[in-house]
Amino acid sequence: MHGPLRSAGPPMLLRAEALTRRFGAMLALDALDLEIAEGEFFALLGGSGSGKSTLLRIIAGFEAPDSGRLLLDGHDIAATPPWARPVNMMFQSYALFPHMSVADNVAYGLRRAGVARGDIAARTASALAMVGLDGFERRRPHQLSGGQKQRVALARSLVMRPRLLLLDEPLGALDAGLRERTGFELRALQRETGAAFVMVTHDQEEALALADRVALLDGGRIAQVGAPRAIYERPASRFVARFLGAANVLEGQAAEGRFDSAEAAATFAGAIPAGTVAVALRPERIRITADGAGPNTAQGVVEDVAFRGDDSLVLVRLSGGATLRVAHAEEDGAPPERGASVCLAWDADAVVALAS
Amino acid sequence: MRQGRLVRAAMLAGFAFLWLPILLLVAYAFSADRIPFQWGGFSLRWFHALAADERLVEAALLSLRIAAGAASLAVLLGGAAGWALARFGPFRGRAVFGALIGAPLVLPEVVTGLSLLLLFVALDILTGWPAGRGATTVLLAHATLGAAFVAVVVQARLAETDRSLEEAAMDLGATPFLAFRTVTLPLVAPALAAGWLLAFTLSLDDVVIASFVSGPAGTTLPMALFSMLRLGLTPEVNALGAVVVIGVGAMLAVAAILLRPRRG
Repeated sequence: MHGPLRSAGPPMLLRAEALTRRFGAMLALDALDLEIAEGEFFALLGGSGSGKSTLLRIIAGFEAPDSGRLLLDGHDIAATPPWARPVNMMFQSYALFPHMSVADNVAYGLRRAGVARGDIAARTASALAMVGLDGFERRRPHQLSGGQKQRVALARSLVMRPRLLLLDEPLGALDAGLRERTGFELRALQRETGAAFVMVTHDQEEALALADRVALLDGGRIAQVGAPRAIYERPASRFVARFLGAANVLEGQAAEGRFDSAEAAATFAGAIPAGTVAVALRPERIRITADGAGPNTAQGVVEDVAFRGDDSLVLVRLSGGATLRVAHAEEDGAPPERGASVCLAWDADAVVALAS
Repeated sequence: MRQGRLVRAAMLAGFAFLWLPILLLVAYAFSADRIPFQWGGFSLRWFHALAADERLVEAALLSLRIAAGAASLAVLLGGAAGWALARFGPFRGRAVFGALIGAPLVLPEVVTGLSLLLLFVALDILTGWPAGRGATTVLLAHATLGAAFVAVVVQARLAETDRSLEEAAMDLGATPFLAFRTVTLPLVAPALAAGWLLAFTLSLDDVVIASFVSGPAGTTLPMALFSMLRLGLTPEVNALGAVVVIGVGAMLAVAAILLRPRRG
């Protein structure tokens, strides 16, 4: 993925060029290119060891790249120490100073920057009001709940009015119930401040729900970057298809607009360009029918059924040997029993051709 | 409930075993009789006698000066060592460094004392410093012992302190020095203070190492006490013991309060 990733849209804020970082024998970042626009909410998504945290720490200045350039507004900041960068970070552990009050935590950066005393008080108060924590000034971090700590950490970073705010697993330490609400609040704060937010997460739902654009990292490289809907619906590779939404990936041979998969014992018809090496099929795009034949259908036996609330996950072993994950919606009636023989069918536009 | 009573009795017996001798010593300090283990009515005469005993008072003052100096030096050296062990990652020689720092904790004091004596004598012959042995050599020896304790306490404190706190400070515009001063130092300050008190107490208590490395002008309080034993005890020693017990007890209590686990 070399060359510009975006050509139009808002002006570029941060640009990484061929960033490489090794830890011993492990290649954490492998000549990674990335562009982040002003005021966008960007998510770095990946599993552990994908290099997402290393990239975040390089942008913050806690790690230096072995090679490559990191440009902020066109200036190379790879050698700028963290305390001199117009970039702030919200740590996964929040890293609130335990020996300081909430107000002193938020004012810490302003004091270092030599802001006038009166301005410090005013900006601290408005930052705390922005995250809904007015009245908490004198509390100590140990007197706060997890959600409140997270807000203080946010206020402490945002009070610096950064061009770029880095968020390391911002929702990771919160209860499930608090996550959704906090996610919406994060987006509201991002729109309000106009700062670019770059979030690191291993949770694909979080990335898809919050970000304007998502970069999926794998082995120190960007597997795919784009708007959440675009990369979810049009994964570029087997890895992306499996990572996002756990699509079914089937191997086979492309031939003249068709794709024959031996392991599925099925033929896929649709937009199949030459060079397609596999196809992806989302569980929710597959229907369970009484009978069917021809392209875009398959036969199999139900291996197991798991109830998930709004749908049931049905594992179907196809006659070719592959197992498909099928999401059976509740409104379509009761799911088939274990051991039942079923027919599967899908629309041509559900077939996603994968080139790698 | 039988078991509960048994446990309580065992605990009382344990406390008695630990504290009865010390309580007896303090109690007899207030006895008027000349013989240290015979009750002769309440009196403060031995405290007056103690205050008038120039040799003992001088030794006590010297001990306090040595203890304060050794504790301060130990905090500097041990604090730096604890910092290195907790924060510098797996640097080359870390295991050896850690073992050497902690050696005085496990070595018999006789060995520590003898080895330091040999070192001081060899240094004296080779470089002319330290010229002879006395208060300075005792101070250095006690600082070595104290540094081991300070290093352990500081390392433990840093290990339970989130490393990203320092990064957060730098991210918010603090240079490494400022981050250290405004975040790290306040967080380890209780450990440093507790370490200082531990080193101070150790120095005040020590007679073995001091006996090895001291000279004519370096008689510390425990050494003076020890030599008094040979001439026969007077309740003056009990009075001195009472003062030391109360002083050391107070310092250990302060150290315990400073080292109590953090909330939250």
